[in-house]
Amino acid sequence: MSPIPAPLAPPIADRLMGFDADGAPFLLGGRDRVGGRLVFPLPADEDRFEPVRLPDRGQLWSWTIQRFRPKSPPYAGPAAFTPYAVGYVALGEAIIVESRLVGVAFDALRIGLPLRLTVEPFTLDSGETRLTFAFAPERPA
Amino acid sequence: MSDVRIIAAGIHPFGRTPGLSGLQQGVFAVRQALAAAGLDWSDIQFAYGGSDSAGNADTMVSELGLTGLQFINVANGCATGGSAMFGAYSTIKSGEFDLGVAVGFDKHPRGAFDPKPADWGLPDWYGETGLMLTTQFFAMKTQRYMAEHGISVQTLGRVAEKAFANGVLAPHAWRREAVDLETILAAPMVSDPFTKFMFCSPGEGAVALVFASETRARRLGLEGVRLRAAAVRSRPPGSFEVFSPALDFVRGPSPTTLASRAAFEMAGVAPADIGVAQLQDTETGAEIMHMAENGFCANGDQEAWIAEGRTRIDGALPVNTDGGCLACGEPIGASGLRQVYENFIQLTGQAGARQVGGDLRLGYSHVYGAPGVSAVAIVER
Repeated sequence: MSPIPAPLAPPIADRLMGFDADGAPFLLGGRDRVGGRLVFPLPADEDRFEPVRLPDRGQLWSWTIQRFRPKSPPYAGPAAFTPYAVGYVALGEAIIVESRLVGVAFDALRIGLPLRLTVEPFTLDSGETRLTFAFAPERPA
Repeated sequence: MSDVRIIAAGIHPFGRTPGLSGLQQGVFAVRQALAAAGLDWSDIQFAYGGSDSAGNADTMVSELGLTGLQFINVANGCATGGSAMFGAYSTIKSGEFDLGVAVGFDKHPRGAFDPKPADWGLPDWYGETGLMLTTQFFAMKTQRYMAEHGISVQTLGRVAEKAFANGVLAPHAWRREAVDLETILAAPMVSDPFTKFMFCSPGEGAVALVFASETRARRLGLEGVRLRAAAVRSRPPGSFEVFSPALDFVRGPSPTTLASRAAFEMAGVAPADIGVAQLQDTETGAEIMHMAENGFCANGDQEAWIAEGRTRIDGALPVNTDGGCLACGEPIGASGLRQVYENFIQLTGQAGARQVGGDLRLGYSHVYGAPGVSAVAIVER
């Protein structure tokens, strides 16, 4: 795994995602060494779960719009709230991952929309920025 | 092994009661149930009770009486009430005791639930970035279901319209005003495809049920209803659950499917035998999906069923006859027992303006919650 490309903010969590040599992000999943089941996020128990790079492309499996500010805690975003899109994204035929959706108009969201992984700065209530993951359309919509 | 009967039921009205704690509402419900049965607290041999966020159930002995009875607290999320009932059922069935109480109560602050990721074995980032909401889960499960099985937005709206219409007729309901379909559909969107009328709200309330063995019930001259089945099941592989950062690509059944099959098998009856059903309806989409997961119809049939009014009080299978969670709100610890309360009231012919007509013999109740647990009960008159 390569270091985080500058000038990106530190990730919101360790062991969540990585970057390849070209600076392209990927999500870290885990494969159960016994049953072979693929999980996300990567569990702490690496004796049982082998870290794997999840596919970075997929299709929108379902979606909604979060139109009210979630309660804090656990939500760590700023007090000023802007609705955001959330979806489950089927990555190949491997796993379906929940993610924020960016770069797409709410009324353009539809099941089956081709998406690819990207990184997204997430502003904390403190004003600091952390890097999180999101999925965006293959082509801007 | 003894047959188990529910011989009395009590309820503290759902909604908001600023003057009473959740625990006090629980005491109210217990007293009402005991009074209905002509019993004294000192007659009760055991109790199971629980709340999600309103304290320890067994502390209600301070108000009800220090009789030294066996009182077991239950904490099982949304299935707290269902688990308390399963405890009472098993205790009597085993012959350990023959008269007991199950009580559930709660009191939640306004607004959506605010679960802490660590309590659910999840990393902090999942909650911090705004992905850990029950509302999002049901919205996305419903959105997918609508696309796969041809359910329309109008059908989502009709379920809410029915819930509020039934709530008008239920004295214990919180929302007691009818809302028309147009208003429901045109209301502000909360989490697509759901408008604000298509979600229930966390609230307050309490329910108590008195359980007795067949023999004891006969001796007391209280027939009540027979508890034919009580089943609690956790999630199988491939299910789609609330608080899931990821899902298996290969999809599987749900904890509801497992609990439902187990309950029908225990009772030796089929979905077509059921005369009234209370199905978890924290969102309108949940009621629709749970109709199929509990075996009452095939996936997609809900579109026609609901358009034809089959789940209304005067329909072939009335569903959520007191308005369900949509009209009563969701005090987690009490919600599952409210469903059984409603079936008890319906089967004993005490439902007044919302009474289901005809020869009502079997009532079915189903509750679902995080992190993938369902409880089903079947009662018989």
